[in-house]
Amino acid sequence: MIRRLIVGCCAGLALSGIVVADGVAPDAVEIENLAIATPLTSTVGNAEEGKKIFANRKLGNCLACHANSDMADQLFHGEVGPSLDGAGTRWQPEILRTIVVNAKAIFPETVMPGFYSLDVGADVRKDLIGKTILSAQQVEDVVAYLETLK
Amino acid sequence: MNYSRFIAAGLGVAITTTFVAATVVAGPVEDTLVIDDEIEIITRAPSSEGHPLPEVISGWHYRTDSTRAMEADSFANGGMLGVEQGAALWSTVEGSEGKSCESCHQDAATSMAGVGAIYPKWHEESGRPMNIELRINACRVDNMGAEPYKFDKGGQKPLTAFIKHQSLGEPVKVNLEEGEMQKWWEAGKELYYKRTGQLNLSCASCHELNNGKHIRADHLSQGNVNGFPTYRLKQGNLISLHNRFRGCIRDTRAEFPDAFSDDLMALEVYTTWRGQGLSVETPAVRQ
Ligand code: HEC
Ligand code: HEC
Ligand code: HEC
Repeated sequence: MIRRLIVGCCAGLALSGIVVADGVAPDAVEIENLAIATPLTSTVGNAEEGKKIFANRKLGNCLACHANSDMADQLFHGEVGPSLDGAGTRWQPEILRTIVVNAKAIFPETVMPGFYSLDVGADVRKDLIGKTILSAQQVEDVVAYLETLK
Repeated sequence: MNYSRFIAAGLGVAITTTFVAATVVAGPVEDTLVIDDEIEIITRAPSSEGHPLPEVISGWHYRTDSTRAMEADSFANGGMLGVEQGAALWSTVEGSEGKSCESCHQDAATSMAGVGAIYPKWHEESGRPMNIELRINACRVDNMGAEPYKFDKGGQKPLTAFIKHQSLGEPVKVNLEEGEMQKWWEAGKELYYKRTGQLNLSCASCHELNNGKHIRADHLSQGNVNGFPTYRLKQGNLISLHNRFRGCIRDTRAEFPDAFSDDLMALEVYTTWRGQGLSVETPAVRQ
């Protein structure tokens, strides 16, 4: 609860980043006080799409590392990260956005990939150089979905 | 779980990331491996000095009951078919010199006993470490007048499995004192901790920090190399070590090095050292 208030207090300071047609460029995303206050795109995130991206092995593949009771119908849930039950209660949307964009901004040593970050590992596969795992809109969709996990 | 920590972090105070996973983690299974009720396999051993983990544990402990049972019974182990193919190749004459491996090395059960447990090994002539695959190729070229096997082709996997199988149960030991092995060990260590690819993961991200946990359906092991070539149920075939390395690197969405390149040889030296003390399990059964 306290966190919600604090984030609320600081979020207003971070209204920056240039929104282009398909969203803010990954290297222009501004993280302030751990929050990304402005959505990456002008289209509001779609939680239903976000749910699909969350489970899709080629996209979010979040289930590889996280358990999620909302997806009890899926056979295998990972254990590398914490369960995401209640993530939408624990975290402000602005923080969830940061976690998905680049979790290292909050957990510096984490093994969680940055889904909208160019701060990647060495020897990136040639066809993926300069590309992010998710698009700006997909990040917004995933964040919208995470917000539903109460 | 005290999430107020992250509030403090939000205000610029030092960040501590101690997370307790909500799920009950399965970890390695308690069990002992005796193959054909006869050969005792060391599947847990104290780790070498300087190793980050307190104990080295074979990948066997992280597999399902049925997969573990398959390895304990050589009739059920599909990899033994490859070992038999290797035995046939051992006696096959090839190349301009009209020789087989057997012409010089006679009975492999004697001449190759314990050999697979101490590779990779420094090779003075080429000035780099040599694994069993490269040793076979050197003998084919220098001693038989035959073509070297291409990576994973011809008899490379079965013959390697056959030679390593002659050390079944022997503890793995790599000699870092010889030649420049120490340097290769260091290069391998650097690669082990190097985060690669779009997913930005190192070998350690999965096999050191998270072994014992599930990554989706896969139960992460320490990534030890004592069972190679392994018999993978998924492929129904023997899988070479460098193929496994390349697969794990590829999964981070990175370009992956060539088989037997300096990078993968360094990684082989280092990972073999990490698993020292475990028995050779070739051909181990994995999922
Ligand atoms: C390679 C494993 C991995 C993948 C894939 C992954 N995460 Fe994570 N995630 C983690 C770990 C580990 C943590 C814990 C943070 C740390 O490292 O201290 C974490 C933390 C989180 C948290 C904060 C924890 C909390 O209290 O709720 C959220 C939210 C989250 N991840 C969402 C996602 C989403 C959404 C995806 C997919 C787009 C995803 N993660 C993919 C490993 C992963
Ligand atoms: C003409 C004789 C000859 C033939 C044929 C031959 N080798 Fe060798 N092999 C040697 C000699 C000599 C060595 C000693 C190492 C050296 O060359 O420095 C050796 C070494 C080895 C070693 C390393 C042993 C150790 O203790 O480190 C292996 C393994 C091996 N050979 C496998 C094979 C295989 C497999 C074949 C058949 C494909 C084969 N050799 C064919 C002569 C032969
Ligand atoms: C994204 C996680 C991940 C990363 C990163 C990763 N691996 Fe793996 N690796 C796996 C999985 C999953 C398996 C199959 C289950 C197991 O044994 O852990 C595996 C298996 C292995 C095995 C076979 C173990 C056995 O018992 O047969 C070896 C060896 C291995 N990895 C080495 C490496 C090396 C070396 C690196 C770094 C270059 C690496 N891995 C990076 C996930 C990973």
